[in-house]
Amino acid sequence: MEVSININGTQQTHDVEPRTLLVQYIREHAGLTGTNIGCDTSSCGACSIHLNGEAVKSCTILAAQADGEEIRTIEGMADADGTLHPMQQAFMENHGLQCGYCTPGMVMAATSLLDENPNPSEEDVRLGLEGNLCRCTGYHNIVKSVLAAASV
Amino acid sequence: MTVIDNQTASNESIAAGNGVVGQRILRKEDPVLLTGEAVYTNDMVVPGALYMAVLRSPHAHATISSIDTSAALALPGVHSVYTGADMADQWAAPMPCAWPVTDDMKNPAHYPLAISKVAYVGDGVACVLAETDSIAHDAIELIDVNYDVHSAVIDLESALSDDVVIHDELGTNASYTWPLLIEENDGDCQKAIDEAAFVVSERYVQQRLIPMAMEPRAVVAMPQPFGGDMTLYSATQVPHILKVMTALTLGIPEHQLRVVCPAVGGGFGSKLDVYAEELLCVQLARTLKVPVRWNEERSENALATVHGRAQIQDIELAADADGRLTGMRVRLTADMGAYLQLVTPGIPLFGAFLYAGVYKLPKAYDFSCTGVFTTMTPTDAYRGAGRPEATYAIEHAMDALARKVGIDPLELRRRNFIPKESYPYEAFTGLVYDSGDHDKAASIAESLLDYAGLRARQAEQNIPGSTKRLGVGVSTYFEMCGLAPSRVLASLNYSAGGWESATVRVLPTSKIQVVTGTAPHGQGHETAWSMIAADRFGVDPADVDVLHSDTAIAPLGLDTYGSRSLPVGGVALTMACDKVIDKARQIAAHQMEANEEDLEFSGGTFRVAGSPDREMPLAAIAFEAFTAHNLPDGLEPNLEAQVTYDPPNFSWPFGTHMCAVEIDIETGNVELLQYVAVDDCGNKVNPLIVDGQVHGGVVQGIGQALYEEARYDDDGNLQSSTLAEYLVPAASDVPPITLGESVTPSPSNPLGVKGVGEAGTIGAAPCVMNAVVDALSGLGVQDIQMPASPLNVWNAIQQAQANHQETNQ
Repeated sequence: MEVSININGTQQTHDVEPRTLLVQYIREHAGLTGTNIGCDTSSCGACSIHLNGEAVKSCTILAAQADGEEIRTIEGMADADGTLHPMQQAFMENHGLQCGYCTPGMVMAATSLLDENPNPSEEDVRLGLEGNLCRCTGYHNIVKSVLAAASV
Repeated sequence: MTVIDNQTASNESIAAGNGVVGQRILRKEDPVLLTGEAVYTNDMVVPGALYMAVLRSPHAHATISSIDTSAALALPGVHSVYTGADMADQWAAPMPCAWPVTDDMKNPAHYPLAISKVAYVGDGVACVLAETDSIAHDAIELIDVNYDVHSAVIDLESALSDDVVIHDELGTNASYTWPLLIEENDGDCQKAIDEAAFVVSERYVQQRLIPMAMEPRAVVAMPQPFGGDMTLYSATQVPHILKVMTALTLGIPEHQLRVVCPAVGGGFGSKLDVYAEELLCVQLARTLKVPVRWNEERSENALATVHGRAQIQDIELAADADGRLTGMRVRLTADMGAYLQLVTPGIPLFGAFLYAGVYKLPKAYDFSCTGVFTTMTPTDAYRGAGRPEATYAIEHAMDALARKVGIDPLELRRRNFIPKESYPYEAFTGLVYDSGDHDKAASIAESLLDYAGLRARQAEQNIPGSTKRLGVGVSTYFEMCGLAPSRVLASLNYSAGGWESATVRVLPTSKIQVVTGTAPHGQGHETAWSMIAADRFGVDPADVDVLHSDTAIAPLGLDTYGSRSLPVGGVALTMACDKVIDKARQIAAHQMEANEEDLEFSGGTFRVAGSPDREMPLAAIAFEAFTAHNLPDGLEPNLEAQVTYDPPNFSWPFGTHMCAVEIDIETGNVELLQYVAVDDCGNKVNPLIVDGQVHGGVVQGIGQALYEEARYDDDGNLQSSTLAEYLVPAASDVPPITLGESVTPSPSNPLGVKGVGEAGTIGAAPCVMNAVVDALSGLGVQDIQMPASPLNVWNAIQQAQANHQETNQ
């Protein structure tokens, strides 16, 4: 079936199997491999992206369900001139990443969190990110990064 | 004493030149990781590759009676299907175990696909190659296997009864027994126990854990059909070890094999191995002359990637009337799982030397470990690898001893600390601990936690009728890091050395290239190694590039594990830098017509002492070395040096962790209120990275204490094979971590460093569990099995209340 999705500002149309998950579509059809797959139960959040401006785990929906919608992936966050998104910059300045595998999903979830709550408490950030797992950082510096981004 | 969390990091403040080491410099690795530009193995685009999927046994223990692959083969898009029997004659050797800990260790032949019998749920039975990943997975469902099912062997002690033998050819489930008896005179340990004022006799169970690196494993094997070379891309932390072992197992000429790690998404020991899927992809790619790739799924990872811990520990402490340790006996039963992977049998041995922690112990130590086969996923290294288990046992037992002696657990520890004046300290094992200041680390933690204040609050809060119980936990540790002096490894029967290699070259334009044999997968070696070289040469870290994780670029190395990269690889790098500087000095002296001894090197420039106008920057020397127009007679062109460094000793990081928990005794829920870690890893190259390592390590230790467990049912099915069932801590499950600063340099190496990768994990599990038991001891709770889940806690409280009336506190 044909699926047409606006990805990071560009309209893309691909022929996909009906069972194709959005994350597979993003990685295999759109060729954007910054969105990672960390589990098969929608538990880890590594594949978080923005669908019409809100964070979703892209393994929880089919590509077909995103037909006609707008999505943003980690590749769409930094400016074309190389300037990082404030959230990416905050992660860098606060050592909010180590191996980097959860990071794209974490950045997407965190920006969505701040869209909904621009001045979160530490507790708000921890609860807001509980659907995104990280095995390296112990979350300490991730939380610090998000709070720093909120204060920019 | 400082709380270091509020220090900021920046690249702005870094002036090029000496003094780079020790600064909180932002990581070079981050921009590609933050933007999705990084390429992990399963991100690679490989035209023409066939996708492999592995059919895994649904039974823990069974004989394969027949396999019908015809339906799978008939599926459009399927290229081929292979069973274990199909491939049986293709292996030059079974899968490797590099650590035959005893001469009579039993090690069943283990092949990438089971040939006639399966020994755990997840054991590979057949594989499919197909045009897409989805077709390959569809096809494995169509393979029809008939099994003759046998009883699973899940319980370690029943396994030792040999009622059901897993590997018929071995005749037993016991793999080995490894003793370590250290006594001045025969019988000293028993004598210490007989004559002790206090004896503590405890049994602890280190539950099985699943490492769960966020990136599952992935493999791409890329053959060069006409040239004959083979490149193996793998999400591994050991490219060099993998190359040697793949060459041996497949009979491939080693010089025609290249191993590359693209970006690797965490390992924690689980990628310190040689796996069936790596060997299958290489062998099939080699036979078929097309690229073959495999991506592990998460639930597959839970079955097919090694597990950790899984030990029963019986520990007996003998102490005098003041609580000072006089002897110790340890009996371990260690679960090997179904097969011996790369270093499976050696893991518990790393703990054998650490059961006395940071305490003085006379030569009255009787240790023995028995490795046992079960029908579960093989175990192997997991963050700390033997050392967290040992630390847990001594630290949890010290709390039991403190309760028996009737003194504060921190005071008991202080009575037993090895005093800092004693360093370097030859321990009861004969190993020499390089440096330590345990009282300092403990005092910093004590103050950061407000230990006295919490004890006072606890006395007020934990009264009869109170449903919220406060607990305070303490743990200290020594960690044997910097793996490892090769001769010590030889004495432990390990099949390889423990050295590390570094090459440094100053390019004609004066940019510096560092080639390291370490294989980072989140630890920030590109940043830290740049800093070491920049510091040595007096240049900006941005002018240093670090190459790694590709055996064609970095042919010599022993990779990253065991907190070894900095104390071994970083030291090799330091020495290689110095070797290059020595050569540059010869060129500078020649060009400036000065004596080498009269040259001073700082800020990247050689100057003639006393003649400040006579100077030659490194850039000019590098270009001279490149043109070779005017070099001293006999000196080779180019500025390059390689050093292989074999450490003279392990490094010995140490520290104190403290925490406070509050337990709701009506629900069994444990809330971690505060966590303080003082990890002394010697000098720090980049404190930003050190802090991150500790944070992450602590949360993995908290995970073991409160949340994580690989649970099997009686039939040997893993019941926690997804991240929905296996509880990796989330952000909302853990508190902020407060770090305290203590720096006791190691005298063993020129950087004064010790390593930090595993420290947090080693200290954390006993710290949290000590707090949990401390909170509930007034209710008669003696111990709680990890993880201290609400159910386990609630059950322990019910049990205790059934046994005891609460005493007045």
